[in-house]
This record gives sequence, C-alpha cells and structure tokens, in this order.
Amino acid sequence: MDAKERMKLEPVPMPELEVSERLSSFAEVNLGYSEQDTQAEAERCLQCKKAPCREGCPVDVDIPGFIALIREGSYAEAGLKIKRTNVFPAICGRVCPQERQCQERCVLAKRGKAINIGYLERFVGNYLIAHPEEQINAAPATGKRVAVVGSGPAGLAAAGDLAKLGHQVTVFEALHRPGGVLVYGIPEFRLPNITVDNELETLRRLGVEIRTNVVVGRTLTIADLREEMGFAAIFLGLGAGAPIFLGIEGENLPGVMSANEFLTRVNLMRAFDEDYDTPVQRGRNVTVIGGGNVAMDSSRCALRLGADSVTLLYRRTRAEMPARVEEVRHAEEEGVIFELLVAPTRFLGEEGHLTAVECLRMELGEPDESGRRRPIPLPGSEFIVATDQAIIAIGARVNPSARLVMPGMEQDDGGHIIVDRETLMTNIPGVFSGGDVVAGEETVIRALSDGRKAAQAIDNYLRSK
Amino acid sequence: MFKIVDKQELAENIIEYTVDAPDVARHHHAGQFCIIRVHSHCERIPLSIAETDPQAGTITLVVQIAGHSTKELAQLEVGDAILDVVGPLGRPTRIGSPKRAVFVGGGVGVPAGNLMAREMKQAGAQVLGIIGFRTKDLVIYEDKLRAATDELIVTTDDGSYGYHGLVTEPLQQQLEAGESYDLVITVGPVVMMRAVAEVTRPYGIHTIASLNPIMVDGTGMCGACRVTVGGETKFACVDGPEFDAHQVDFPELALRLEMYGDEEIRAHEAGPHECRLEQSLNESG
Repeated sequence: MDAKERMKLEPVPMPELEVSERLSSFAEVNLGYSEQDTQAEAERCLQCKKAPCREGCPVDVDIPGFIALIREGSYAEAGLKIKRTNVFPAICGRVCPQERQCQERCVLAKRGKAINIGYLERFVGNYLIAHPEEQINAAPATGKRVAVVGSGPAGLAAAGDLAKLGHQVTVFEALHRPGGVLVYGIPEFRLPNITVDNELETLRRLGVEIRTNVVVGRTLTIADLREEMGFAAIFLGLGAGAPIFLGIEGENLPGVMSANEFLTRVNLMRAFDEDYDTPVQRGRNVTVIGGGNVAMDSSRCALRLGADSVTLLYRRTRAEMPARVEEVRHAEEEGVIFELLVAPTRFLGEEGHLTAVECLRMELGEPDESGRRRPIPLPGSEFIVATDQAIIAIGARVNPSARLVMPGMEQDDGGHIIVDRETLMTNIPGVFSGGDVVAGEETVIRALSDGRKAAQAIDNYLRSK
Repeated sequence: MFKIVDKQELAENIIEYTVDAPDVARHHHAGQFCIIRVHSHCERIPLSIAETDPQAGTITLVVQIAGHSTKELAQLEVGDAILDVVGPLGRPTRIGSPKRAVFVGGGVGVPAGNLMAREMKQAGAQVLGIIGFRTKDLVIYEDKLRAATDELIVTTDDGSYGYHGLVTEPLQQQLEAGESYDLVITVGPVVMMRAVAEVTRPYGIHTIASLNPIMVDGTGMCGACRVTVGGETKFACVDGPEFDAHQVDFPELALRLEMYGDEEIRAHEAGPHECRLEQSLNESG
C-alpha cells in the first residue's frame, strides 16, 4: 500500500460503552481496540522518517517503530519497544492527552485524521499485561539500594528504570494502596485500578519492593532511610496532592468538598461498591467547579452515583478547558451540563447544609501567563444555582507537609522542590526529585518522564561513587 | 499487617488495643494520631494514641465501639492483625514551658491525655488533670492519669463517682479561687472542648483543643478535616489536630462532624447533658 492509499483510510473509532449503560456502573467507557481494529488503525501510519509524533511525546516513545511491529503482529515486541522509554503503556494509552502531544504532531492531524496512537499503545499495553512472561529483564544487581518516596507516576517510573538498571528499589507510599493519583484520583471508568495493579505487578517482578502506610518524614525519616536502612540514594516523587479551595464564603458548609476528597472516597475507598464501608455524599443536584480532567472525572462519578443533575461551572469557555477532549465529550454525552463563563462567588446554606451557589458571569479578556484568555467578571451579573453538593476541582498544589520530609531541603514559596535541571538532584546530595512536586500540576506522562530522567541521574550518581 | 499483642475491655464498648507498629512507636510524640483500616473493605479510622513503647515497638489505642467499622475491629483478638496502621500523623503537642498546666479530658478523649500530661510534667509543669465521664462504669484511664498528673479530679455526670457534674465546673472553681494556670489542653467531645475554651477565655489562659474532625487520608490530601481557626481554614490532619481553642469555630466543627452521620465520631459526643450545655453556650453567645 502506498502513502496515498493509506491516507485514504479512515481512522478506526474507539469502541465505547453505550451511554445508557455507562451511568449504572463504573465500568470502563473505552472498550479498547480489537486486534482487527488495531491492525486497521496501524495500517494508516505513514511511517514518516522524521516522525514528528515522537517530538510530541515527553518520553520520546519510538511511535513509528512500535506501530511497524504491530503491523507485523509482533505485539509483545511492540509493547517492549514502548516500555524501553515508557514503563506504563496500558496507563498512558488511557490517560495521556494525545491530542496535545503525539497525535497533534501527526502529519495526518491537519486532515483531522491523526493516527490514534494512544489507542494502539493501550492495545499493546494490555497485551503485555496478559503476557507477563514478555518482560524486559533487569541488569545484573549492583548491590545499591534506592528509596523512592511516593508511588505515583513519577515514583513508579523511577522505580521501574532503577530496577532495570540493577538497583534494589523500595517504594514508600503513605496510603494503604500504591499508585498515587492513578488510584485515588482517576476513576475506574477511565483507568481501572486493576490496570494499575497489573503494572505494579510488572515492577514487582523486576524486584521492586512496595511498602504502604509509610509517611516519610513521619513514619520514617530520611535519616532512617539513609543511615539505618542503607539507601544510597532517594527519589522524592511526592506529587502535588493538596487541594486548592476557592476561598469564598460558605466553603466549609457540609456539602462542599474538594474533588480530591470526593474522588478518593469513590476511587481509592470504592464508595460506589456496596461491599465497601466508605460513606460518600450522593448529591441530587451536583455542581462541579473547574474545567480540567479532575472536574470531568468528578462530574461523571456524581452522575454514576445517581445525581439527578450535574452542572459544571467553568470560568472560561470550552476552548480553554484543560481536560482531554475525549473526557469533555464523554461528560457531555453522559449528561453533564456545562455552564461556561461563570465563577462561583459564595456558597449558601440552610440548616447547616449547602443549598445553592451564587455565581457571576464572566467574559474573556487578554491572554494571561498561561496563554489562555483571562476571565473578567461582569459586574451585577450574579445568579443563583441551586445545589446540594459542590465539588471543587480547580487544581492542586504541593502538600505543605512536604516540608517535613527533609529538613533543609530547598523549596520555593509554593513548596516546589528545587532541583538541578540536569541531574534532578536537590541541594541535599543523593536526594533527587521530580514530577509534580517539582514542576507543579502536570500530566501523568510528564511525571513519568521526570521519573525516568531521575533514574538515569541516580544511576550515574551511584556509579560515580 | 499490624499484630495485636494485647486487648483489654476497659468499659462497656471501650476497648484498648496494643498493636505492633514499631516505626509509629519510635517516632510518635504526644498529640499525634494514627489511622487504621481493619480490613480491605473498611473505612480509614483516625485514632489518638494513648501509649507507646518504642522498645517493644508497640502503640496503644483506645477505641469506642460504635459504628460499623469499630464493631468489626472489636472482633479482632490478640494474635490477629489490623490490616493498615499509618502514623504518627499531625503535629506533636506544642507544650512550651508552662509552670502550671491542666489537662481536661472527656470520655474516650481521656487516654490521649496520658502522654500529654506526662510531657507537660517533663517540661517542668505542675499538672492538674480533670477527667469526666457519663457514669462510674465508663471511667477509664483513671490510674494512668493519676500517675501522669500531680492532682486528678474525676467527674461523672450522674454523680456515681467523683465530682458530680461536668469537667468545666471544677475548672471554673479553680480559676475563681484564684489558682493560676498558663496552659490548658482539652481533648473530648466538641461541646466539652468548646465549654472549656469559654471557661478559660476570660482568664486569657492559653488553651489548646485536640480536634477530631472527619478525615480520609490524614495527610493533607483531601481537605475533609478542614476547620476554621481564627477566621482561616486549616486542615486538622496536617496543621493540627491541636489548635488554639479560643480561635476554633466549634459550631462549624460540630456541623461538619454530622456530615456523614458518622457513627464513629458521633460516638464521641457523649451524653444528653451536652445538649443542655450547648444550649447554655448558645444563649450566652
């Protein structure tokens, strides 16, 4: 088939759960490509020599390379090719904002027919999970121990690469289940926790040990790790897990909660499953404030928990929403009402519970430092939205208690850990950091990229000692 | 897994567990707490720590058996294990260097005072303990508090043991008699802590309340435990659990505790007398 013929082929859509079936369960909405779908989609790839898609990938996955292997039917090899630079294809295939990364750069994107790289990645990621014998082997043991603090994307990526390099890695997680935002934040219908568990299993097979219920700085100190337990290097992948609130009147009324609380109850603590004891508020008329993936996730969870209506309040327009395009589409299909260009000004309550949120209409002004047009309030435009549950999903920041982890470590005013750009080492020799705790709230793949980079730097550090 | 090495029934529906948790035991300071999960489908339950033994690697927890999760905990015996224990969480008590200090505890808040009173004494203070219960059968940790303090007053609401009345009454009497204190720490039901704060306020005595709001992760990640202190929102799990009692918005805390109709936490709100107490507080503004 020549390029012209390939360009005529149509993209293969992702099979999805019917909208009517979605709201009664937390089952995954994207059902995944069949082998036939995968072959048909892979067939469309032009195998560009320059491969602009790769430049869009924060971890430089050899995209044409793995697609070529798919065409040959060598799914395990395709998966392992991805794994060389991205340890978690089954996760990234599901949660990466491909439309702003690899797929945006695809030469076919101009015609609106970019290769569905994420869907292909997901297929081979799942294939590897189903075939655990296909595994990259670890290098001979170096005898060096490395501690990874935090089991979110940055920490797990670092752990995976360090183990492959032959180091003995222990991951410390504060919660009772490892995975960080992948398990407490991202809901089942987008990223099943079992997928995360499967990827964790691949790390364990590489020799990575995972210890839950350890708050480093409290349960164990960095000094314990270094002096008593013999860790020669430490990677801090603490994330940006502290919820940001609006700071407006009535925000502490029962019925108002952070998306982190709501999603943690639903995802990590599995409040949607009656076999679990976790309580969660099931609002009738829910409002969600924000326009990112977390806002979409919260809205869609609320619908699945039985809300009569879910209204998403966002202060800009749809074009500025940071959420993945697919999540916005799914939310809309499922019945989330978008109230755009509005910002809450106060929460109102009766008899000690939330009853309404007062909002102000906005218009867009000049672009701000994020490059998005700044919302400007329209005076006198106040209006009331009746609601019995408000979920605040306007972002997260570095947990202020990150300062307890390592006294003397340099952090900026926002709590971000300051590292050397090349080595990702903090001002404390042998202590490295990356992911959201360094860069601020970012994507899963950016955190994975930092984890990888840190693993390489830690390896260099350990070998030079 | 965290093995249970001792279990004592202190009173009806109040059980003391000693649990093998060496890292927590080694790093714990008075005022900090832990979170447990009994089994894989269970809630995360925040509990204060009544005693630690760093040598033996154990911590001691006193639990009121009230809700579903604590009933499941009550099934566990010596030799069984608690699935998850994480801690120590929160900030240690900032005791400073008081000369004369008071610990005021109520119900299952009393055991937390064991380590606090001991630390106040170590800081050089002369310590008065006032501990209150509904009735004689519910009196717990009397001997431990007697050992940890210089003087101990036990109160019961029904007069069946010790002083007949609320914990605030002996405290008020001490202050009216001209006894001077420079630190009061209170742990117990919200309404009791609020009443203690109102008693000490006119005297300007630095008063610390250890709060017990609803929590999920206990590490500053969810904000379920937010409380208003001096007009600012704080997270009890990482900024607390102890705050200046004169600055805490107790009515808001009480309201938020009701949010999930949480049996565990409601169980801390002891008897009917508190409605009376609350009423009088609200009337006095």
